[in-house]
Amino acid sequence: MFDVAFEKKLGNFLLDVTFKSNAPVTALCGPSGAGKTSVVNAIAGLLQPDCGKIAVGGKQLFNSENAIEVPVHHRNVRVVFQESRIFPHFNVRQNLLYGRWIARRGPGTQLEEVTQLLGLEALLSRRPRTLSGGERQRVAIGRALLADPSALLLDEPLASLDQARKQEIVPYLEKLVATARIPILYVSHARDEIERFAKIVVVLEAGRVKSVEKIGR
Amino acid sequence: MNTWFNFTADELEAIRLSLWVASIGTLASLPTGALAAYALARWRFPGKFLLDALVHLPLVLPPVVTGYLLLLLFGKKGPAGKFLESSLGIVFSFRWTGAALAAAVMGFPLLVRAIRLSFEATDRRLEDAARTLGANPAIVFLTVTLPLALSGILAGLVLAFAKALGEFGATITFVSNIPGETRTLPTAIYTYTQVPGADLHAARLVAVAIVISLAALVISEFLSRRIAARIAG
Repeated sequence: MFDVAFEKKLGNFLLDVTFKSNAPVTALCGPSGAGKTSVVNAIAGLLQPDCGKIAVGGKQLFNSENAIEVPVHHRNVRVVFQESRIFPHFNVRQNLLYGRWIARRGPGTQLEEVTQLLGLEALLSRRPRTLSGGERQRVAIGRALLADPSALLLDEPLASLDQARKQEIVPYLEKLVATARIPILYVSHARDEIERFAKIVVVLEAGRVKSVEKIGR
Repeated sequence: MNTWFNFTADELEAIRLSLWVASIGTLASLPTGALAAYALARWRFPGKFLLDALVHLPLVLPPVVTGYLLLLLFGKKGPAGKFLESSLGIVFSFRWTGAALAAAVMGFPLLVRAIRLSFEATDRRLEDAARTLGANPAIVFLTVTLPLALSGILAGLVLAFAKALGEFGATITFVSNIPGETRTLPTAIYTYTQVPGADLHAARLVAVAIVISLAALVISEFLSRRIAARIAG
């Protein structure tokens, strides 16, 4: 599902990441500053590696040998960012449908399914400013899901939330992980979170892969 | 009191012309101004310093010099003037269009500065989020960058409009002081101050200039607050 091997120099920091995973849900963990978000950005296309290759779900997204670099907006790799990044000038419904609107697709039955999955029915006409942190993160997840993703990258979706908000969102994430049929990369520095969701854990430290572990159930 | 509001036809003409010239000049310079602001805020290219300097030139040059340069470039015999007349039929010299051009050029630095600031302040991470959702660069610009910069664009427009309304030196040098064609508020006021016994005319137009400028400020403040409120929630 994820086939990643690339190098990127960021100032004095060298990111040299190689891992493969065939599990539906792969976790990327490690202390802060290990380069987790840079890996997410490279897979999404927001960061251009110096060399190497990146493939997701069998599709080549980047390959320096063949000069392949699929532009960000053609990758269909959707990201849920740590700080949610929902659009402040759109309401919840407009945020959710942004990706479909760009692809010239209507809400279909999917809007209903996703709002139900994430418990967003009552929030649709709300403005982002009026949402709590947990609600914002649920909108961000819904926005990514509704944009017809071929892969989902969750970059520490719980990190900016307090304990109560985390408890609020975990059930939704569990449902999502159980029902999604696309590769998911779940990034976190919290071990307990990861073991709940992922089958394969890639441990990153100081820009390198320290180990790849399988989680038995 | 009654004599205060008894505007003469010449005065009304100057007011109407001023509003028209300043509006057209400001609006016509918006696309170029927004592009220059975006380039200065976001792009790295050779000659960026030169573009920056060129944009700011009308702000630091004596207006008479700007007017004279406009005359050389866009006058009847100027290269740009000749070209525009033969290709598009647009004539600037001694026409209101020339006054609008002078107004646009003089307001341009203020327009670009305000818009540039708001582009620089736009959260790039929101643009990245839009890209990951499938938006190409043009759609990112139209749906994220532009709406978030709207209050800055508005502020730039009002500043440029106010500057255009008060433009005197470049206008009188470039297109002279022709009643009904290029005699805007400032040149009309100046003309009245040169005529004995026309103090009331001058004072009336000064009052009008103050009212228009204040109204522009109030309207822009109101609009940018509404936009800010919409964005914030």
